[in-house]
Amino acid sequence: MQFKLEKRPRPSQAMLYLTPVAAVVLTMLIGGAIFSLIGYDGMGAVREIFLTPLTNSYKWQDLGIKAAPLIIIGVGLAVAYRANVWNIGAEGQYVMGGVFATGVALTTYGVTGWWVLPLMAIAGIAGGAAYAAIPAVLRTRLGVNEILTSLMLTYASVQLIYYLVRAPWKDPMGMGFPQTRIFSEAARLPTIIPGTIVHLGVPIAIVVALLVWFVMTRSLFGFQIRVVGAAPHAARYGGFSENRTIWLAFLVSGGLAGLAGMLEVAGPFQRLVPGFPTGYGFTAIIVAFLGRLDPLGVIFAAIVLAITFVGGELAQTTIGLPAAAAGIFQAMMLFFLLAGDILVRYRVKRVVHQSAEARA
Amino acid sequence: MSTDLLIAVVITVIGASTPILIAALGELVVEKAGVLNLGVEGMMLIGAVTGFIVMFTTGNPWLAVFAAAVAGLLSSMIFAFLTLSLSANQVATGLALTIFGTGFSALAGQEYSARPVGIFRSVFPAELAGHPVWRLVFGHSPLVYFSLIMVFVVWWFLKRTRPGLILRAVGENDLSAHSIGYSVISIRYAAVAFGGAMAGIAGAAFPLLLTPQWAERMTAGRGWIAVALVVFASWRPFRLLAGAYLFGLVMTVELYSKAGGGPLSAVPAELWAAMPYIATVVVLVLISLRRAGSTSAPACLGKPFLATN
Repeated sequence: MQFKLEKRPRPSQAMLYLTPVAAVVLTMLIGGAIFSLIGYDGMGAVREIFLTPLTNSYKWQDLGIKAAPLIIIGVGLAVAYRANVWNIGAEGQYVMGGVFATGVALTTYGVTGWWVLPLMAIAGIAGGAAYAAIPAVLRTRLGVNEILTSLMLTYASVQLIYYLVRAPWKDPMGMGFPQTRIFSEAARLPTIIPGTIVHLGVPIAIVVALLVWFVMTRSLFGFQIRVVGAAPHAARYGGFSENRTIWLAFLVSGGLAGLAGMLEVAGPFQRLVPGFPTGYGFTAIIVAFLGRLDPLGVIFAAIVLAITFVGGELAQTTIGLPAAAAGIFQAMMLFFLLAGDILVRYRVKRVVHQSAEARA
Repeated sequence: MSTDLLIAVVITVIGASTPILIAALGELVVEKAGVLNLGVEGMMLIGAVTGFIVMFTTGNPWLAVFAAAVAGLLSSMIFAFLTLSLSANQVATGLALTIFGTGFSALAGQEYSARPVGIFRSVFPAELAGHPVWRLVFGHSPLVYFSLIMVFVVWWFLKRTRPGLILRAVGENDLSAHSIGYSVISIRYAAVAFGGAMAGIAGAAFPLLLTPQWAERMTAGRGWIAVALVVFASWRPFRLLAGAYLFGLVMTVELYSKAGGGPLSAVPAELWAAMPYIATVVVLVLISLRRAGSTSAPACLGKPFLATN
C-alpha cells in the first residue's frame, strides 16, 4: 500500500484548526516519550508542564499574567505575518516599549495623577512602533530584508537596557545594583483582583485581541492586509499600496509589542532591570502560528504557551526538570504544527496498485 | 602600536571571524540550492554544546569537531524533512529550529556550565610559530585553516564542478532542473545537510577556539550575522571571506573596549557590544544601495518545490 498527496481544491478549514490541536497532543505524547528515552521522568514532565498549571487553581493567576503579553504581541505578529511581513524583532520592540514607558515613569517620579499610566502606554506604543519603523523604512525604501534587520535591532536594544540601568537611569539608592528605582504609585499597574497578582494588563490583552479581530475581519484595512499577504499581484491590481500595507503591519505589530513592554515594566517588574527582555517577543512568534494568525486563535495559543511556561517552572521544583525543557516542548509544538500544514493544502490518498486490485 | 600587539590583534580578528565564516559558507551553499534555512543560530548552538561535551569527556578536539558536525547535520535534517518533504514554510521552520536548538543546547549543557576545556591549538610545532610574523602563518587553530580551505573548496565546487552547476541550476530554476531529470529534493537535502554540518562545526569553534567553556546561548546571534553575511557577499565565497573578517574586526574592537583603557573607553561598552548588530544593519543598507534594484539572489530562494509525480 502506498500513499500519495493530492492537492485540495481549496485549503481545508477543518484541518486548519485541527492541526494546532493535534500539534499540542503530539508534543505531549512524543515529547514525553523522548524525555523518558533520555533519562528524565517523561510522564511527569508532560503532567507538570501541560496539566498541573490547569488543575492547580492557585496557578491560574500566573497563567493570566504570562498569557497577557503573549496575546498582545501575538496578535500584532499575526497581522504582520498575514501581510507577509516577517517582523521577528518583536522582542526588541517590546524592549523599546518598556524603555520608553520607563522614561515617562522616571520623569514623572513622585507625581500623582491618573494620566501617568496612559501617558506611559502611549510612550510604550510609540517606542515599539518607532523601533519597528526602522525595518519598515529599510524594506519599503531600499528593499532590505526585514527578517535580519528586525532581529539585529533586538540584540542592539538589549544592550541599550544594559547601558541605561548601568549609567543614566541607575537607582541612586540601589546599592550599586544595575536597575532603576521602583516606579512611584501612579506609574504602577493596579491589580484588578484583590489578593492576586492579576493586573490590568490581562483584560487589556483580551480587549486588544477582540479589537484586532474585529478590524481584521470587518474593515477595509483588515481586508487589505490579507489581500496583500495572500496575493500581492491582485492587491496591486486592486489599487492597494504594498508599501503602505508593510508600514501598517510594522507599526501595528511594533506598537502592540511596545504596549506589552509598557504593561510588563509597569506591572510585574515596576522598574527596569537587565533581565527585562524575557523572550516574550520570540515566544509570541510560536503563539501567532499556533493561533493560525487569527486574533481569537492567538488567545488560545497564548494560554497554551503560558501553560508551558508556568508548568516548566513547576517541573523545575517538583521533578527537577531543567528550565530549558519547556523551550524544547514549545519548539516541538511549532515543528508538529508546521509539519501538519501540508494536510491543510493536500489530502493523503491511498494508492492501490493495479496488480493488487487484480488479485482481489 | 608594537608589532607584537598588532599581530595579537590580527590573530584575535581571525579567531572571531572563523565561526561566522564557516557557518556562512554552509548557508551560502544551502541558499545556492534555493533553500533559506534561518536555523543557523540553532544548529550552531547544538554544534557548540556537542563539541563542548565531547571535548570535555574525551579531550580530543578532532573528535569534538566531528561530533559537532554530525549533530549539526542531524538537526538540519529536521528542517529538511519539514520544508522539503512536507513543503512547510521555510522562514517559520528555520525559526522553529533556532528555538529548538536554543532549548536543546541549554538542556544538554546545563551540567557543564563554567567548566573549562582545552583550546583546539595549532598543530604545527611551537618553534615554527616562535617569531611573531611566523605566528601569523603557523599559529592558528586547525579550524582557522579549515575555514580558509573551505572558502576555496566552496568556490571551486560551485564554479568549476558539474555537481556544483547542477546545485546552482536547482536554486535558479527548480522546474527546469526537475524536467531534465534532476531530483530537486535530493539535491536540496544534500545542500541542507552540508549547511547543517558546517553550522555544527562553526558552533564548536565557540568552546574550542574562542571561550573554552559552555554557556547558554553562547553564539549570541552570530548565526544570524552569518545569514546576513551571505546576502552581504552576494552569494560569493571570496566576498564572504572579506565580510567575515570585517565583522571579526568589529567584534575584536568590542573585546578590547571591555579590557578598558585607551580611546575605546570614551564610548560606552554597551555600544561596542551592540556594534556587530548595528554594523549588520548598516551593511545590509549599503549593499541594497549598491545593487539598486537588481538582485543576485538565487531565483528560487525560499520557494517550496513539490514535484507532482
